[in-house]
Parts: sequence; structure tokens; C-alpha cells
Amino acid sequence: MTNSDLMYSPVIRLDGVKKVYRMGTNEVFALRGVDLTVERGEMLAVMGTSGSGKSTLMNILGCLDIPTAGNYVLDGKQVNGLSKNDLADLRNEKLGFIFQGFNLLPRTSAVDNVELPLLYRRGTNANDSRKRAEEALAKVGLGERLDHHSGELSGGQQQRVAIARAMVTQPTLLLADEPTGNLDTRTSIEVMALFQALNDQGITILIVTHEHDIAQYAKRIVEVRDGHIIRDHPVVGRRIAADDLTNVEGTFDVVEEAA
Amino acid sequence: MKNRILLKMSLQSILKNKMRTLLTMLGIVIGVGAVIVMVAIGNGAQTQIKQQIENLGTNLIVITAGTTNAGGASQGAQSFNRLTVDDVDKIKSQATMLAAVSPVIVTRTQIVGAGKNWRAEVNGVATDYLIIRNWGVTSGSLFSDDDVRAKRTVVVLGATVAKNLFPDTDPVGNDIRLGRSPFTVVGVLESKGQTANGADQDDVVLVPYTTAQSRLNGFSFLGQILASASDPKVLVGAQNEIRDIMRDSHGINPGGMDDFTVRDQTTIAQAATSTSSVMTSLLAAIASVSLIVGGIGIMNIMLVSVTERTREIGIRMAIGARGGDVLTQFLVESIVMCLLGGLVGLAAGTGGAALVGHFTGWSVSTPASAVLLAVGFSAAVGIFFGYYPARKAASLDPIQALRFE
Repeated sequence: MTNSDLMYSPVIRLDGVKKVYRMGTNEVFALRGVDLTVERGEMLAVMGTSGSGKSTLMNILGCLDIPTAGNYVLDGKQVNGLSKNDLADLRNEKLGFIFQGFNLLPRTSAVDNVELPLLYRRGTNANDSRKRAEEALAKVGLGERLDHHSGELSGGQQQRVAIARAMVTQPTLLLADEPTGNLDTRTSIEVMALFQALNDQGITILIVTHEHDIAQYAKRIVEVRDGHIIRDHPVVGRRIAADDLTNVEGTFDVVEEAA
Repeated sequence: MKNRILLKMSLQSILKNKMRTLLTMLGIVIGVGAVIVMVAIGNGAQTQIKQQIENLGTNLIVITAGTTNAGGASQGAQSFNRLTVDDVDKIKSQATMLAAVSPVIVTRTQIVGAGKNWRAEVNGVATDYLIIRNWGVTSGSLFSDDDVRAKRTVVVLGATVAKNLFPDTDPVGNDIRLGRSPFTVVGVLESKGQTANGADQDDVVLVPYTTAQSRLNGFSFLGQILASASDPKVLVGAQNEIRDIMRDSHGINPGGMDDFTVRDQTTIAQAATSTSSVMTSLLAAIASVSLIVGGIGIMNIMLVSVTERTREIGIRMAIGARGGDVLTQFLVESIVMCLLGGLVGLAAGTGGAALVGHFTGWSVSTPASAVLLAVGFSAAVGIFFGYYPARKAASLDPIQALRFE
């Protein structure tokens, strides 16, 4: 690392970010001026109801969309004004995505899914991409299911494949959009335990969620409403997923995964 | 992204939809197959015509008496029989661009031998005749120059004549009668088959022209003189040379009209080949229509595929695929599909052409150029009809694509 280390730069810095959608003659203000700074090693939950602008915020943070006004600096890199190709490269280099619907490629093996971001990486030799994909899957506990297709995996396993795919490029920031939305309680806690473990290793994680329970596993909560950040506070009495897992063990034995 | 990985990705997604891929490829298979069959048939016909013309003789030049185009008051060809053995000798000694020269005296007579009889054409010729006609003997040999000089009564039988008079035995050494004259069979010609217009070239016997003049015909004029240019390149030069020698031999003043005609087979050959090559192009053009229809099928399926895989495209873009990567992937998919179809079509077409040849007896041949053309064309179809869907995929908005259900 070079300048970004010498000159202090947070992972995320948003300054007065606005997003306006034009729908015919109407203008929809999705974001009305958001300031947000996320430091290295944080685990942040962004909360809000639907229509609050949290999806727009997620898209902008994920470099899938660009702000109408304001400034976004990701890991010391100015995002405004980048071309589509530069945005694609930036996503590949600095970001890892985890979606609610897992979004794995259908009829494709777990290891092929995880390898994919490495294949799109520019300027590096992809010779060891297979090995790295296998290692990433081993880290999320799926070292034995490399060749299983997404259809042959349970929801929790699919989400772990997605996490492995997000982690395999060693991104600066992990972006999770409702990562537990399609999972039962026990599996949700398992996924959160995985996130907390990754965060303990120093990885910055941002989770968009509307579930208060899930947000309690983060270190900091940001609440969005009507395109503004209305609250930004550290989590008091943070929950530790690994502990909860041992507690729910008895209660949730019945729904133990078949796989 | 590396080409190898791209190719692997494309193959994977092609294989994921085997049935659909197969049906899509079928269009290209039929298109390429049809083009190959049509070109093979057309090309075979062309080769056959060329062979038949070559069969008449190698670099054949025909000299006949009279003139065919003497203006308004044409006498018509061969209205005077003014070719003589003297002309032949002069051409032989003076011409520099000829490989062989032979007079031809044509008559028909009854042939009797081995208790059977047959009516056939008798050609009085010199020993060069077989060289000119590119003809060989299967048994015995042709008569010698010595036989010609001595006007010996020797005869070489055409395959048809030999078969009819001597169905079971070798005719060489037997005595037969041509008209009233006894002749000895010295050889049998190899079978040459039919001419382009169906005449049996084997229904003939050859005797020395000197013998024909003295024993069979009774007059000294020749029906025609055949010559063979030493090289196809000098065909025109050789004809001019013959014309000069003949004018000199016949004592025609400068400005006077030729009383003979010199011509070769090229004009006939050119007309025949150009007709059949027009046919070939026409057939190929009709067949390419099906290739274009196949291409539209590819485009259709690729468009469906892009829509169906919108979410996949969104995922790929989210994890860092550039628009160009997506474009290349879909384009490679379409090209690979078309190329595979093209190769299968090539095999099917070659097999189909062989079947057509087998059942109809037409001669078929697939030229290497058609193979290259078919494969190149199917790749081009892949690019052309694959580009629009690939562009559509590449220009998708990742947010919309990810939200797509």
C-alpha cells in the first residue's frame, strides 16, 4: 500500500451525497445529503425501512451507482467521475458483495462461483485462482463441498459460498445487503458469527438490514429515513453470535439442516 | 481475462443448456450442410464436364476442310474435301508447337469375325492418334509406323467392338474382315466411355490411314486432321502456326480466304464450365439463405439467453466484470455455437454429398475452398448475429440486472 496509508484515509467517506432519480417530470430524492465516515475494522449496520434510501446508499457505496451530488471517497480513491470500466475494476479490487438472494451463478459449482471474481481481476496472473477459491471455501467451512452446485446446497451453505466469493479477492470492504433475509434464525446467527469472525481479523463490514436483532451483532448502527441519516450510534451491549449459537442449540435442534 | 478462461466459461454455459444449444446449432448445421452438398454437386458436375472435354484429347486441335464463316456466301464447312496427306506431312515437319499430328479418315463398314458381325466406324489414323486422344490399349498394341508405311491390313478394336465380336476371348491375333478385306487384330483399346452428348467412343476400330485409303475408301482426301499442342499455353500459337502452314500448303494468297478451319476445345469447354459454375453459385446462394435463417435462429436464442441470464450478468458485473467482458463472453458463446454447428454441418454435408453421389451416380466433390468458406461463414454468422445480443447484455445496468427476477 502506498499513499492511502501515508495520508490518512478512512474506508468510506461520504460528503453531502445526494441522489435524485428522474421519473418523467417528477424528481425523486432518494438521498438528500448524506455524510458518513467508516473507519478500518468497523462493523456497521445500516438500518431503515423500505423507501428510506438505504438501497440507494448501498448501491452508491457499492460503486454500482454514482451520486448526483456530493463526494464519495472509497479507500482513498475518488469515485466520482470514474468511467463504467473503472467502476467495474474498483468493485473487483476493493469490494466484496453479499446479497439477500445469495446470487450465485446457477448450475455452477461452488468453487467456480468463488473463483469468478479472480478471473475478472485485471493485470494479475490468475494461475493460482483455483487454489485461492478452494482456500476461501475452506475458510467458510465448505472445503468438502467444492464441486456442489448451488441447487445442491442449503440456504446457509449458499450464503457461505457467497461470502467466500466476496472474500476471495481480499477486499477492503465487505458489503452485505440483507444477508440473513432468506435464512432461518439459526442459520442467520451462523452467518453473523462468520461475519464477526472475519471482522475480528480486521475486515471492514457494512451490513444493510431492517432486522434489529441482526443489527445488534454490529459495532455501530446508522439509521436512514427519507434520504437522511437520522441516527448514528455505537451498539450498546453488542451480541456475540458464537455465544448465541450455543444458547439456541437446544431450541433449534428440530430445524437442524439436513445437508 | 484470459482467452482460455473465456472459452471455458462459454463452453460451460453452452453445455448447461444442451437441448437448446442443440436446437440452435441445428439451424447452422442444416445451413452449412446444404451449402456443402450444393457446392459438392455443382463442383462435381463441373469436374465431370472438364473430364469429358479432356477425354476428347489432350490440347486437341481439329483441322477440317472448308470454312465455317466465309461471310455472306459461305460454302459451309467441308464443302470441298481439300485436306491431304501432304498437308499432314507439312504440318508435321514445319510446326514447332505440336506434340502429335494425325490424319483421320472416317468411314463405316460391316465387321465380320469369329462367326459374328457388327457395324462400326472405321478410323484410318496415324500412330500419333492415340497420343492426341490420350488413349491407351488394354491388350496387344497399336500398329507401328512401319505398318502405316507398308499399308498393312492390321486393326485395333474399340472396347465395344471387341466385346461384341469376341465376348469371351482375347481378340489379338485373330483375323476379321472389314467389308471384304481381311485384317489381323493387333490390339484392343481401353474403354473411353461416352462423349458429353452420349455417343459411344468405343464403338470404333482403328486401321492405318494408308490402308484405309487403299482398301476401304478409295480416295485420297482426309476427313480431318487432329493435332495436339505441346502445352495448353501454346494452344493459340499452335493454331496460328497450323493456319500459316496450311495456307502455304494450299497456295492461298494473302487476303484470300482460308479453305479450311482450325479450332480447339477451349471455347466449348469455357461455355460448359461457365454454365455449370453459374449453376453452382446459384445453388450455393439458395443454400446460404438457410444459413442466414440459422443465424437469425442464433440471434433469437442469444436474445432469449440474455434475458434469461440478466441476473447472472448483474452478478458478474457486481463482482467486477466490465461491459467488454460480458460482451466478449456472449460473443464467444455465439461464435463457438456457430463454429461447432459449422463443423457438424460440414461433416453432415460431406456425408450427404457422398450419399447423393451414391444414389444418383452424379459425381460430387467438395473443394477445400468450400470447407474453408463454410467454416469461415459460420464464424461470421456467429459474430454478426451474436453481436447485437452481446451488446444488449453488456449495456445492462448492474442494479436493474441484479433486481431482475
